Amino acid sequence: MSQFLAMGGYAAYVWPAYAVFFLVLLADFISPMLRRRRNLRELRARLARQTARQQRTASPAVNP
Amino acid sequence: MSKWIPLWLHKLGSPPIFYRFAGTLRPWFLALALIAGAIGLYGGLVLAPADYQQGDAYRIIFIHVPSAWMGLFIYGVMAVASFIALVWRIKLAEAVAMESAPIGAAFTFITLVTGSLWGKPMWGTWWTWDARLTSELVLLFLYLGVIGLYHAFEDRRQGARAAAFLAIIGIINVPIVHFSVNWWNTLHQGSTVRILGPSKISMDMLWPLLTMMVATKLYYVASLFGRVRADLLELEGGKDWVRRIATGEQATGEQA
Repeated sequence: MSQFLAMGGYAAYVWPAYAVFFLVLLADFISPMLRRRRNLRELRARLARQTARQQRTASPAVNP
Repeated sequence: MSKWIPLWLHKLGSPPIFYRFAGTLRPWFLALALIAGAIGLYGGLVLAPADYQQGDAYRIIFIHVPSAWMGLFIYGVMAVASFIALVWRIKLAEAVAMESAPIGAAFTFITLVTGSLWGKPMWGTWWTWDARLTSELVLLFLYLGVIGLYHAFEDRRQGARAAAFLAIIGIINVPIVHFSVNWWNTLHQGSTVRILGPSKISMDMLWPLLTMMVATKLYYVASLFGRVRADLLELEGGKDWVRRIATGEQATGEQA
């Protein structure tokens, strides 16, 4: 196992290369998931504001 | 749309249908990518013998070369989608083109960094301004240019059209990257894997390389589907189907 990790003396080059590969792709995969969640949260907030405004403008008409 | 295009393909172009379609398929593509990646890396890192000249340092090839192929392949997809977006103004084509760019940039960045980490022990330098390396760097800048231009406009669709135009012009760089090792004298080695004719690589090393190529292709589809889904929600923010998703997810608890 330690022989495998040593990579014939090239461990300092091989493993960082693999680390970059996985970290960059992980970031690439997670970022749209976070973006999607943030957008849906913002949309929900906008919808909530919209309904609140509609109720406010509607209520004076009901009781003048 | 023309009559010869089948109805299901026409329907797939509609954002809510593609959103659902991509959501169903994405986990499968990701799972297959992970399985293929695990097999490919086991074959490459454990089963394949050390190279007679480069020792174990050559094992960077199993991520470097598939990433480089993906950098060019994704650029091709982006340019074709850009062309479709410019000519037919299909929203989905715009999303595919613009969301391909960050994935292509990621793979091109990986190619440059792993190439650098491979070049240091083999060539004795991290970087050299030769044809292959420079044209690959230009490819990264083209991707970054497309991303930047897309986000530089207030109106997203206007930004997408400008960026699509840049993507189409930039396609000229793709053959330059590919043939740079033949056209110029370069430190970078020539291609060892050929589609036509025999490859100049041992079978023990070739199959993990091709498996990794399949894995990166599958990963690209999974990542693209996730990105296009997020993009469609933004583009169609005011529509009913997006509202239903927003309010529906609140009820079931937030899940990505």
